[in-house]
Amino acid sequence: MRNLLLVTAFLSILILSACRSSNTNKLPILGSREPVTKEVNGKTVTDTVYHSIPDFEFLNQDSLAITEKTFENSIYVADFFFTSCPSICPIMHRNLLEVYKKYKGNSEVMFLSHSIDTKYDTPSVLKSYAEKLGVTGNEWQFASGTRETIYGISPEYMVFTEENDQVAGGFEHQGWFILVDKDRHIRGAYNGTDEKEVAKLMKDMDILLSEYEK
Amino acid sequence: MRNNWIYIILAILTFSILVLSCQSNEEIEHAHYYINGKTAYETHCQNCHGSKGEGLGLLYPPLTDTAYIAKNQNKLARIIKYGMSGEVVINGQTYNEEMPAETHLSPIEIAYIINYIGNSFGNEIGHYTLQQVQQDLTNATN
Repeated sequence: MRNLLLVTAFLSILILSACRSSNTNKLPILGSREPVTKEVNGKTVTDTVYHSIPDFEFLNQDSLAITEKTFENSIYVADFFFTSCPSICPIMHRNLLEVYKKYKGNSEVMFLSHSIDTKYDTPSVLKSYAEKLGVTGNEWQFASGTRETIYGISPEYMVFTEENDQVAGGFEHQGWFILVDKDRHIRGAYNGTDEKEVAKLMKDMDILLSEYEK
Repeated sequence: MRNNWIYIILAILTFSILVLSCQSNEEIEHAHYYINGKTAYETHCQNCHGSKGEGLGLLYPPLTDTAYIAKNQNKLARIIKYGMSGEVVINGQTYNEEMPAETHLSPIEIAYIINYIGNSFGNEIGHYTLQQVQQDLTNATN
């Protein structure tokens, strides 16, 4: 009888803890992956190497250099836009502003908007844009770079960008918000013009942040 | 004498039917302009000015300043078609960004948009006719 009670107690603890661990769902790691075989202590071990954002260096809205190190202790949301964009950018940033307001003051969350208008969008233009949008401080970084560096990094975030005279504004780009974790892995992609997907982004950011809770 | 009364009553009836049908014609036209204006607004204006005319920060002014819209209703056609630059005070805030031109818009499309904006987001300018829009567009002193 006593044994039975002990077993029941043990089983219920097991079931309860199993429930708890299934509640903390994890976000997937997106992008290409490669198996890498190494020898560790004489044994062959196969490990997966996930796609990660490479090193970068841009100027922000305060004309200061920002690199991958600026974001190393934060999860961040990245996107591509330009200030004179007449099409999707205003919708994207109206939506991203809501996300920014939600996480304002959270040192583990940052934002990185790359301008694809590398000629016109100088740091001072981006500064004025940020202020008029209602963004202060350095939680939301507005990056300007050369054509090579900006258009070079966008495929790393799996976002299409192109200079194109045929479209309104002169630049073609996708409106994705890309969620990046502290190890520079892509953990989610959301249509920045769709309020429902932006709501999903905020949920996923909470899930991702909970991964780092001690 | 009795016949006269019948004629008078008939005349009044005809006249009131005419007046009533005129009014409902204008109402139908307005409803038609307003609905088309909503679609045109979504295509040409909403990205910046928002689905509720709320604007965005100090980048794009809202369209909820009813006093401004009412006072400047004769300028709206040229603003929509040729864009706008320089300072403008809306709801007590100063905006100074460039609004792009939409010169491809036809007078009727502009009339649709004015009817939608002018009677949404708190604005109540009433029906705005195509004739007024055409006049506003040719009036270069605006």
